[in-house]
Amino acid sequence: MTRKYELVYIVSPEATDAQVAELHTQIESIVQRMNGTLEKTENWGRRKLAYEIGRHKEGTYVLELINGGGELVKEIERRLKVSDLVIRQLTVRVDEEQGVIERTRAKRTETMRRRRVARGLPPDRQPGEGQRGEPDDDRDDRFDVGAEDMR
Amino acid sequence: MNGKKSFGGGGGRGKPAAGAAGAQGKDGQRRPMFRRRKVCKFCSDKIDDINYKDVKLLMPFVPERAKILPRRISGTCAMHQRKLRTALMRARQLALIPYTAE
Repeated sequence: MTRKYELVYIVSPEATDAQVAELHTQIESIVQRMNGTLEKTENWGRRKLAYEIGRHKEGTYVLELINGGGELVKEIERRLKVSDLVIRQLTVRVDEEQGVIERTRAKRTETMRRRRVARGLPPDRQPGEGQRGEPDDDRDDRFDVGAEDMR
Repeated sequence: MNGKKSFGGGGGRGKPAAGAAGAQGKDGQRRPMFRRRKVCKFCSDKIDDINYKDVKLLMPFVPERAKILPRRISGTCAMHQRKLRTALMRARQLALIPYTAE
């Protein structure tokens, strides 16, 4: 049973780039050992923390997308907890949510196309069509004000 | 409560007009401002994915006290408020968004 997980961890700002890279290779080796795959790695670089963690005000954020089972995640989390360099970590399972998002998107485009066809328009939006560039909010407001003035 | 509010909004549309006709009637003072109906940002902008990593999207829902903006103020629909809440709480864990203001 493979699932998709998103792991974000914050490395202490004192860590050197080499240490960050080493952490990544450690995770990679765990993933490979436990028959998972590493889909994507993203280093967000150094960011200011919204609040102090320990005595740190900054941290290096690293995001990893992992395909694998629950045991794998358990092991990685344990490893990161033991490590002194990692000051915070969060693992989120994403495959289910992604499925939901895709389904709602597909449903929306499908209804949009059906309605457009019913109105006798081509199913996809043509370039230069619609009111892009004009914020909806403003238009609403003006309409309401106008309606009031008329009375 | 919500029903009552929208009813008041509907009535409000008539009242300022009556006030204008009677040159600032007694009701003109009580409801001086027209309040636009609030809409869910995520529904109207068709944002399906409320992600905890998207700080720019989440920040408007965290006012200066760093509390989560309630639905009655932001106008977010129930489903999206729920998703927003989980996203905000995850972002808080990762110190992307504060728990409290200093």
